[in-house]
Amino acid sequence: MAKVKGAVIVDTERCKGCEVCIDACPTDVLAMSKEVNSKGYHYSFMANPDACIGCANCAIVCPDGVITVYKKKLDQ
Amino acid sequence: MRDEMLKDIISEENLVYKKTDLMTDNVLSYCPGCGHGTAHRIIMEVVDEMGLQEETIGIAPVGCSVLAYEFMNIDMQQAAHGRAPALATGIKKTWPEKFVFTYQGDGDLAAIGTAETLHACNRGENILIVFINNGIYGMTGGQMAPTTLSGMKTSTTPFGRDTALMGNPLKITELVAELPGTQFVTRQAVHTPAAVRKAKKAIKKSIELQRSGNSGTTFVEIVSNCNSGWKLPPVQANKWMVENMFPFYPLGDIKVNGELVK
Amino acid sequence: MGELKLMKGNEAIAEAAIRAGVDAYFGYPITPQSEVIEYLSSQKPEERTGMVLLQAESEVASINMVYGAAGSGKKVMTTSSSPGISLMQEGLSYIAGAELPCVVANVVRGGPGLGTIQPSQADYFQATKGGGHGDYKLIVLAPASVQEMADFIPLAFDLAFKYRNPALILSDGMIGQMMEKVELFDQVPRRTEEEIKKTCPWATTGKPKTRERNIITSLYLDPGTQEQHNYKLQKKYRKMEEDEIRYEKIECDDAEYLFVAYGSSARIAQKAIQLGRKKGMKIGLLRPITLYPFPVPQIREMIPRLKGILSVEMSAGQMIEDVRLAVGDKIPAEHFGRLGGIIHSPTEILEALEQKIIGG
Ligand SMILES: Cc1ncc(C[n+]2csc(CCOP(=O)(O)OP(=O)(O)O)c2C)c(N)n1
Ligand code: SF4
Ligand code: SF4
Ligand code: SF4
Repeated sequence: MAKVKGAVIVDTERCKGCEVCIDACPTDVLAMSKEVNSKGYHYSFMANPDACIGCANCAIVCPDGVITVYKKKLDQ
Repeated sequence: MRDEMLKDIISEENLVYKKTDLMTDNVLSYCPGCGHGTAHRIIMEVVDEMGLQEETIGIAPVGCSVLAYEFMNIDMQQAAHGRAPALATGIKKTWPEKFVFTYQGDGDLAAIGTAETLHACNRGENILIVFINNGIYGMTGGQMAPTTLSGMKTSTTPFGRDTALMGNPLKITELVAELPGTQFVTRQAVHTPAAVRKAKKAIKKSIELQRSGNSGTTFVEIVSNCNSGWKLPPVQANKWMVENMFPFYPLGDIKVNGELVK
Repeated sequence: MGELKLMKGNEAIAEAAIRAGVDAYFGYPITPQSEVIEYLSSQKPEERTGMVLLQAESEVASINMVYGAAGSGKKVMTTSSSPGISLMQEGLSYIAGAELPCVVANVVRGGPGLGTIQPSQADYFQATKGGGHGDYKLIVLAPASVQEMADFIPLAFDLAFKYRNPALILSDGMIGQMMEKVELFDQVPRRTEEEIKKTCPWATTGKPKTRERNIITSLYLDPGTQEQHNYKLQKKYRKMEEDEIRYEKIECDDAEYLFVAYGSSARIAQKAIQLGRKKGMKIGLLRPITLYPFPVPQIREMIPRLKGILSVEMSAGQMIEDVRLAVGDKIPAEHFGRLGGIIHSPTEILEALEQKIIGG
């Protein structure tokens, strides 16, 4: 069976730290950074990248549209 | 090891979601977590997917989304407060082949612009009206809107909306659904991935109806948050919205194919 | 020679709109100008030229329909009378701020408030000083005959498009309602969509890949940018003041006394001149055709030969302020006018000249 593996890229400079994506992720991939961006916002990042399934839920709800999602079928 | 794996995944052929080019690169002027951004994006995604950029003319209201034209990469006009449906009428009547939509808040659409809204819908103008209902005046600092819930606190109802004095929250969407001029009227939200997908479908259906020459106004309400006005962090604001706004403004289709949904 | 017809002033506006190739008319009935929309309705303009005709739910809606269509490059207009024009001020301010061309006609009635349906010229300030909020001007044309009601429609559109600014035809209930012979100009074809896209590259006609998006707005949040935008508007108004003043001089060559009057009052003043000249009084008339830009240099140039000026207007004295700005204190300049819908007689005007200027 092919396993699906996902990854996201957050445009950290444009992230406003609203945490809506964190709430929307089914596999608890995302978390808020300790650091802040130049606007002073904590930004979302993949704290647990192994769990990402590339479902794009985070990107779909991100009000600022700053998440890009990738997904790959891994052959076993 | 992990980095390598990521590198392997993050490449053009594995792309599943990326912001549409029909949203500009300008940083949205909205507060963190505000539904305006998501609503903008799904409209532009549909316009993009349907290949309608060159056919689309949008109208921005007065309200937090006054600068919508900075974010949507299409031809747009900025209307006076409440007048967007009149502008849309002027454009659509003289450019009947174009897809014309308005984007309006609850103060804009249901208070100062009530006449323009009802009459555009009553004439059955072939336009899409996207109505963002956050129950408050966001832009001017959180005053009462016509859609503010009974008992809800705002900066002009600091002790809660007293309906005896200030009137009842206005279900304008149900009202426009009663008009023969509207063909598709629905209430959606954009707070969860599932809600966003549904709202996007509703927008798509609306635009398809507009393009098919099917006669009548399509009206999509999006119940949204105003974290600043409600004085709640975004995730909590969404919870508050589910618990308080949705019971009074229930989601779902209200009118389909010109028939009220029972 | 064009087609000759006996028409009301209001009907002449409507017929001229169709013939000028106007794309759309949006309006709301109000006396004394409802004949405009009634005549248009009777003419089936959508069949004659494809012109859109829509009765809106209010003047607020009419002017905003005009705003939308004008922003998308169309040739659009509306008409109303005083109370309705008051409702349009918000829209006109936006249209001027967004630099869009359109034509509005005000067939003025007596005010304030609901006032009366009789003719008046008391909307001069509103027309010539901007009218709504912010620093802006309308190009204002004042017809004095049914012929000019027709002719000023294409002229107003030419000026509106030349300057990307709303143009106002300031008429009154008398010119709107009276019947006169008009020579109508031939039908001008409406512009094609391609022509619109070419001549109005700024218009919201749908963004092709080949250009940046077009935005119609009057909003510049940054005060510095807003100031620059305002300077740009002001520069445009100065240019209008240099190039667009229109006026008519009647019996001015030997005149010692001058009437300044527009529209209906100019017609009555002409009659007063005849009466006065019979008595040996050397009176002339300067009739401003553009009220903005106002013929300041033309009045100034006459001052050395004049003993006094009477500004005649069916108002409590509005245009007199512009006359005095032109004249200063070099010679006496006074106002005469009946109010509230009463039309002054030639004799009254002559008496006012004798009392206020000659005797004064
Ligand atoms: C004629 C006029 N009156 C009042 C205002 C001030 N004003 C700007 S936005 C707004 C309310 C906007 O609320 P809403 O339409 O709900 O949009 P939101 O900001 O919540 O998105 C008001 C009253 C205005 N710009 N123009
Ligand atoms: S793509 Fe899905 S699994 Fe991956 S981070 Fe986003 S929401 Fe979580
Ligand atoms: S939803 Fe978007 S803006 Fe909000 S925290 Fe996540 S990435 Fe940042
Ligand atoms: S004030 Fe409210 S509606 Fe406006 S951007 Fe902020 S959260 Fe959104």
